[in-house]
Amino acid sequence: MTAGPLLQMSGIVKEFPGVRALGGVDLDVRAGEVHCLLGQNGAGKSTLIKVLAAAYRPDEGTITWEGRPVSHGSPLAAIRTGIATIYQELDLVPDLSVAENVFLGHELSRAGLSQRGRTNAVVRDLLARLGHPEISPTRTVGSLSPASQQIVSMARALSHDTRLLVLDEPSAVLDQGEVDNLFRVIRGLTAEGVAIVYISHRLEEIRAIGDRITVLKDGVTVATGLPVAETPTSELIRLMTGRSIEYVFPERSHEPRALGAPVLEARGLALDGVFRDVDLTVHAGEIVGLAGLVGAGRSEILETVYGARRASAGTVSIDGKPLRRGSVGSAVKAGVGLAPEERKSQGLLLDQSVYSNITISSLGRFARGGFLRSAAEKRRAEELTRSLDVRPSGVERAVRTLSGGNQQKVVLARWLLRECRVLLLDEPTRGVDVGARSEIYQLVRRLADSGVAVVVVSSEVEEVLGLADRVLVVREGVVVHESPADEIDESRVLDLVMEGQVA
Amino acid sequence: MSESTARVEAAALETTRTDNPVLAVLRTSFGRNLGLVVALLVICVVGVATAGDRFASADNVVTILRLAATIGVISVGMTFVITGGGIDLSVGAIMALSSVWCTTVATQDLAEDTHWIVVVVAALAVGAGCGLVNGLLVSYGGIVPFIATLAMLASARGLAEIISDKKTQIMQVPGFADFFNREILGVPFLVILFFLVAAAGWVLLNRTTFGRRTLAVGGNPEAARLAGINVKRHTVYLYVLLGLCCGVAALMIVARTTTGTSTHGGLYELDAIAAVVIGGTLLSGGRGTIVGTVLGVLIFMTLTNVFTLNNRTLSEQSLLKGAIIVAAVLLQQRLASRSNST
Repeated sequence: MTAGPLLQMSGIVKEFPGVRALGGVDLDVRAGEVHCLLGQNGAGKSTLIKVLAAAYRPDEGTITWEGRPVSHGSPLAAIRTGIATIYQELDLVPDLSVAENVFLGHELSRAGLSQRGRTNAVVRDLLARLGHPEISPTRTVGSLSPASQQIVSMARALSHDTRLLVLDEPSAVLDQGEVDNLFRVIRGLTAEGVAIVYISHRLEEIRAIGDRITVLKDGVTVATGLPVAETPTSELIRLMTGRSIEYVFPERSHEPRALGAPVLEARGLALDGVFRDVDLTVHAGEIVGLAGLVGAGRSEILETVYGARRASAGTVSIDGKPLRRGSVGSAVKAGVGLAPEERKSQGLLLDQSVYSNITISSLGRFARGGFLRSAAEKRRAEELTRSLDVRPSGVERAVRTLSGGNQQKVVLARWLLRECRVLLLDEPTRGVDVGARSEIYQLVRRLADSGVAVVVVSSEVEEVLGLADRVLVVREGVVVHESPADEIDESRVLDLVMEGQVA
Repeated sequence: MSESTARVEAAALETTRTDNPVLAVLRTSFGRNLGLVVALLVICVVGVATAGDRFASADNVVTILRLAATIGVISVGMTFVITGGGIDLSVGAIMALSSVWCTTVATQDLAEDTHWIVVVVAALAVGAGCGLVNGLLVSYGGIVPFIATLAMLASARGLAEIISDKKTQIMQVPGFADFFNREILGVPFLVILFFLVAAAGWVLLNRTTFGRRTLAVGGNPEAARLAGINVKRHTVYLYVLLGLCCGVAALMIVARTTTGTSTHGGLYELDAIAAVVIGGTLLSGGRGTIVGTVLGVLIFMTLTNVFTLNNRTLSEQSLLKGAIIVAAVLLQQRLASRSNST
């Protein structure tokens, strides 16, 4: 291997009309290391990796590859040089097979005929190298779990003889066990001399896998090549945010509050093949957290309570009145709100205005005889966005233009307006940067204090424990533990969710 | 990653707005409509230049509007279905079936015994009924709109042929023709009816909860469902609404031609979809414009008129129509990609 850096970028500037997305970024990556890229949303991470993948051409700056200056022309050129990127949203063709996806664009062929046997054999080798020999090359990609799809993406990258692999938030779609496997794969690759650029919000992952860290803030490198082992978390947060904050959870009101009658009650709830016998009681003012692995049935429990999935057994009632099974309308009418896991595809009308996203579940309130009073709608939405500090302000802008944290606030504002009694939050801080996270936590606590019954599902155990009053641990569709949040710690939760799992 | 790019895009969008005033204006809904008005004016100028007074006479303008009225009413309904994320290929066939049903001997006898309003009720009921079937097939049957309405296209026209025995049925109910063919202040009632339907459509789409829900259902059906909107039921409403519009259109064409026949409305589905798309409604749903649709219809009809006055063939018209559709959609995509490119 070369002694110098495999890739060196210096002074990279990328401007879009009116915006300086990158204002001078330096990055050097050595062969065989895991180089973590850290920064809040909007710090320029995505732009940087697009420059790296040659999807964008930098306006200024130099890129050298093994000491030789390169000017990337097209994505293809970047791949040929040995750089591959695995984006957050996986770019696979769901209806094609695993093997076809891996070799998409550079199919193995002879005289124009594809060589299926050879392709499948090569793909099988690649998958085995990635620790997933159980994925069949002939299987349709759409039928695989997100984790397996990610492996397919990585196999595709490796099929190009990749020297540098960029992973953009690879753990976002994975649960703990899958993350562990990902790390195993990454260690295997680095041992072969492949360099990894690893992007993640999760500091604990960076601790676990990273060698060095580069921190971006507002499109500028604020620190580069920090050794992971010797840099304290507080320092990283300070660099990312420009202020020193801890991961702040709001105070629980610790005096044992006289909890009123239960608001939400689920009894013996089941969904065939996903979960069974779930009893869930949430009182007014209480936050209940559901912890568990992805696929344990947490999200499905929320969606079934909400009526978005039709329960195969059991009842859900609000204030003692049962909801109609499988009817979202009945749940919403009874005062239940859901902030879904996939905010963009399930939660928001991205191209529509902030205010119409907020009022969509309460249109009746702004209508007289079916006619909408838009002025009243906008006024109310403005009040809400101001009190939730949605930035930038302006209720007529499209929701698409807001950051993840602010989009989540818009979803919360919708249910605030609805004055719902029960709020179901599925991964409320996914894709939300560190600063905005605390705001979301405060907001959820404020809602609970005002008497809303809240259920939170999160893959981050820390979040569940920090935010909830009471915690339910779900494993393979069964609630295996229930206790007040301050009577259980992170390692105990992890023990519970992993128990009986092949680690 | 998309958060940051979205922010960059938004900023990029805002600056190109100041960079190129023409494109910037065209990107607003007002500007898109302005673009259509300019296109319409250009066609009119060509009309005056080539056909002179024969084009620019009041009679000719009324003729254009009378012809535009039928397809226009259907296009207004089509705007709702497309905005709601659907498509309906059966509009011409539904209109034909409606026209046949409301001119059968039985219907006409009943109307003569009672009141011509029976004809109206029959046409609207048949239209709404076909729309209901479409809506149920799409919503609750889970058949993609393209296929469900393709089936309706075949069946409705087939049924119209069976009922009429492929014969042209003459509308002879006395009050009916008088009512629909009268003029108010020199303007044919059919034209007024078209503009009334368009105005009602505009209000419905832009000022009511129904319209807002339509945008939500078309923009992101899953998000709409999870926000508590009954997406399936709403979709049924949309197809029923379009079916009703087809019923109205059937009445208009029966009044204009005094006949009901299974051959009415051939290829109307294509003209209506084309008018809607040219008008600026997104074929993928989530954004719709009634004003654009009306302008789209007027552009097509004026063009047809100019061609006819110049004794050009139907084939030449079709050729140009195709070119216009492509040009309009290319322009829209160009505008859209400039605001959405990654």
